[in-house]
Parts: sequence; structure tokens; C-alpha cells
Amino acid sequence: MIDEAVASIDLNLIAPELTLLITACVILLFSFARSMQRGASAVGFAGLVVALVLSANQWGHQASGFFGMVTCDNYGAMFKIIFCVASLLALLLAVRYFSQRGLNRPEFYALLLISTLGMMVMANTSDLVVMFLGLEIMSVPLYVMAGYVRRSLESNEAGIKYFLMGAFASGFLLMGIAFVFGASGTTDLRRLVTDFNFIVSNFDLFLSLGGALVLIGFAFKVAAVPFHAWVPDVYQGAPTPVTAFFSVGPKAAGFAVLFRIFTFGFGDLEVLTNLFWILAVLTMTVGNVLALRQDNIKRMLAYSSIAHAGYVLVALAVGTQGAVSAAIFYLVAYMMFNTGAFAVLTMLETRAGSKSNFSELAGLAKANPYLSAVLALFMFALSGFPPTVGFFGKFYLFASAVNNGFIWLAIIGVMNSFLSVYYYLRVVKVSYFDSPEGAWTPVPFSTAIIVVLFVTAIGTLGLGFFPGELLKLSQTSLIAFL
Amino acid sequence: MTEYLAVLIFIFAGVGIVLVTFLISRLLRPDHDYPEKSLNYECAEEPVGTSWVRFNNRFYIFALIFVVFDVEAVFLFPWAVAFGQLGLYALVEMVLFIAILMFGLFYAWKKGVLKWA
Repeated sequence: MIDEAVASIDLNLIAPELTLLITACVILLFSFARSMQRGASAVGFAGLVVALVLSANQWGHQASGFFGMVTCDNYGAMFKIIFCVASLLALLLAVRYFSQRGLNRPEFYALLLISTLGMMVMANTSDLVVMFLGLEIMSVPLYVMAGYVRRSLESNEAGIKYFLMGAFASGFLLMGIAFVFGASGTTDLRRLVTDFNFIVSNFDLFLSLGGALVLIGFAFKVAAVPFHAWVPDVYQGAPTPVTAFFSVGPKAAGFAVLFRIFTFGFGDLEVLTNLFWILAVLTMTVGNVLALRQDNIKRMLAYSSIAHAGYVLVALAVGTQGAVSAAIFYLVAYMMFNTGAFAVLTMLETRAGSKSNFSELAGLAKANPYLSAVLALFMFALSGFPPTVGFFGKFYLFASAVNNGFIWLAIIGVMNSFLSVYYYLRVVKVSYFDSPEGAWTPVPFSTAIIVVLFVTAIGTLGLGFFPGELLKLSQTSLIAFL
Repeated sequence: MTEYLAVLIFIFAGVGIVLVTFLISRLLRPDHDYPEKSLNYECAEEPVGTSWVRFNNRFYIFALIFVVFDVEAVFLFPWAVAFGQLGLYALVEMVLFIAILMFGLFYAWKKGVLKWA
């Protein structure tokens, strides 16, 4: 027993997670001495970079350990890299945003790192129970981060709402896992796959029910309609760098788990394919339609993030390896231009009294031509214009749908992207052609945010010119899946 | 299924005993009703104010820290039972687990959570 236990411990498998855990504890130690507090973000940054390198190191290794609870594969490594980059970008945004408001405390960075650690746990396993564990490690810090600005009522509201909805969704998820376990006798997806035919012929109903409940649990996290009601208020109320993180990190983590469970664990259950079809169409359409009439840019981007989740859900309905690799491509692309858009907002919010309303953008192009140019770039990418990476992301997704006979799904998706052009380009229109009501308040210069803007703009354009490399990478990430 | 028969009998016996005791006490006890009997119980003192008051949210933080160590105890029991077979490996695991919890307590302590004032 001891030999078996020790043999299955391979710390290499969880090296990035361990790095983040230790860094987070060190950061908390920093909070005791006032003089050390400013170093916390630097330590967090270093920890994330190390975790990023260690995750990249896991690329190409295929191993399982800790009694089969931890599974390392390319897919996990790919998503871990996504989480680290998303977290790094959010950290850079947060430094400036919070230090200006006198809130730059070490605890925030510890929470950010622990949340990233939870996402890694989710992507690094094929066991439903460990996925749930990872989900909770990810979510609990996120609730606190949403309500991090203690004196702001909106932020408090965001935190409480997110907490209540998230806890509720966790209940569904656990119930679903219990049903899957009851029907199949295992929570390990690999065992589920090997015994699949037996299970389906015997306990079809309960397995489907369990699958549906698990789906509901994660659909809350990726903000799929009709489980999206919390998104607008939470995204608007949370501090902007946190919103940038919300719309990228947890969403990617949710999809990482969804693909592992439903594309490879459950295979082709007819019921689930139909469910995903409906879910994808609803999510895209409701997100886009509600985004049309928003006056607040953060709220508009919240609805837009629902719509983008709908595009990725197309891949779940299609359910082939090609579709999943297109979805991974899309998630990387979305991370680039969406974080970029939020970086511009963060920069604008360094002005006093800014609430990120559309009207505040008027006059931006005259005062800050470069800033408004990158903002326009991100908006074009969000609506899917070539040559940005947004175009190729949507192209690969819809192409995979058409190739597998989901023609109507692709048509609805393309129509939705047309619809989204209206509200994305409204941002461009206001910043270029409207004149400000009063005098223009200058936007303060901030190195950290400029770095983020630079990275995301390069990513949006560079990956748009050379999409092949990233697509190849996301295809190789699916080799020897599970 | 037969293993569950014992559980079933146990449930019936448990519910039955409670019902029977209630019935006996109902038959034996004197029945005087006076207002003090329906007051809130505050350690046999006269209650002060209503029971619907706002509690200091420090109680919440104390309770939170308490729960952490409460749950730790839940994990410690099965660990202690299986310790004979698990040996050094389990010891290291548990020391790590407790160390992380202790770190949390240390953090709360340093932040002044344990001081009431």
C-alpha cells in the first residue's frame, strides 16, 4: 500500500500548481509588513512566469499519478498556459488600477494566484471529483475578487451575487457527479469511456441525467444562456481588471472541463448533442441581442462575453477533435482581444469618476489617437474582421460545424456575428466621430497597462497574420487526449 | 439488502423510543401554562430585548476559523484509524495539510482577527 502510494506521487505532475501555492503563501506573508506590500505584485508576477514555464515543460508528457487523480497531457498543458497568460495580463492591469485607488494589497495577488491554481487543477485531471475540487478552489477567490472594492456598493453586489449563484451551481454539479457515479460506478472519465457501451445499455437515463446536471453546473461558469443572469451585474460591478480576468480565465477553465467531459468522456449521446445545439444558439443570440442596447461598455462586454461563449459552445455541439481544436484556438484569440479591450477600459478608468459609459469615449481619437486605434483594433477583432485573429477564430469554428453537417448552426453563428458588428463598431464610432460634452479629461500614462496593450495588440494582429502555428498547436494538444 | 434491514430496525426503534417517551411524559406531567414558559431561553435569565438583533460580524469570522479546524478534525479521525497501514506517507501528508491550515490561522492572527476590540 505504501509503495503504491509513494509510487503514484510525482511532483512533476503538479509542479506549476505547487509553484502557485507557495508563491501565494509567500505573498500573504508579505502582507504583515507595510514596507513589503509593494513587492507582492512583483512576487506574484515572478511566480506566474515560473508556473508558465513549468506548464510549457509539461507539453509532450503523458502521465498519470496520485492514484489516477491527476492526469498530465498536452491538453492540460495548453490550458495551463492560457490560464497563466490570462492571470499575468490581469495582474499587470490590477497593479495600476488598485494602487491608484489605495487598494493595492498583497491579498489580491494571493487570491489571483490561488484562483489560477484552481483552474490548473480543473484542467489537469480526468476525474470528476477533482474537477469539482478545482472548480471550488477557483471560484472562492473569484467571489472575493468580485467584491474586492469594499467601499463600493456595486462591487459588493457583484461579490454577493456571484457567490450565491456560484454556490447554487455547485450544488447542481455535485448532484450530477453523484448521478454519474450511481450510473457507472466511477467518477473517472477514462473508466467511463472504457465501460461506456455497457453503461449506456444499462443505465442510459441516469447517466444522461447526471451528464445534464454536470452540464448545468459548468454552464453557469461559462455563462451560457439560460444560466447567464449573474453575468452583467457581476461584470459591471467587479473592478475592471478582475472583470478582464473573469471573462477569460474561468471561462477557459469551464470549457477545458466541458470538452473533457462531454466530447471525450460521454461521446455521442444524441440527447446531449441536441442540448448543446440549443444551448449554443440561445447563448449566441441572447448575448448579442441584449448587448445591442447597453450604455455601459463593461455591461456591453459582459453580454458580448456571453455571445462569445455561445460561439465556443458550437464546438461542443459538433463534438469532433477538429471542432475542439478550433475552440481552443478561439479561446486563445478571445483572451487576446478581450483582455485588450478591458485594458483600454482600465486605462480610461484611471481618470477620476469614470464609469465606463459610452459617452466617456467621445473625443478619445483626437486626444489619444494611439489608444483609440488599439481600441478600434480590439473591437474589429471582437466582431470578427480579417486580418485580426477574431476572424480566423470564428472561421475555424464555423468551418468545423459546416464540415460535420451542422449547417444551420453555422448560419445562425454567422448571422449573430453580423449582429454583433453594430455594438462593437458603436464604440469605434463614438470614439472617432462624437465630440465630448465638456472638456476632455486627459488619460494618465501607465507603463503596466501599455505593456498589456502591446502584448494583446501584437497577439491580435500577429496571430491573425499567422494563424497556422496556433492552430497546429491546438491540434497537437489533443493528441492522446484522456 | 439484508444489511440495510438492521438500519431500518434501528430507525424504527429510534423514532419509537422518542414517541413513547413523549407519550409517557404527556400522561404523567402536570399541565400548567404560564407566560414565562413561552419566553426565549437565555440561560434562565430574563430575556433582554427581542431575539431579532444584528449580530456583530466578528462572530462570523470567529465561526469561520472554528469551522476550518472543525473540518480538520473530520479529516483527522479516518486518518488516525488508517494510520497503521499508511505509515510515514500519511504522516507527511497530514503534516502538510495542518501546516497550510496553521498558516491560515497565523495569517488571521497577525491581521488582528482574534482580537475583539
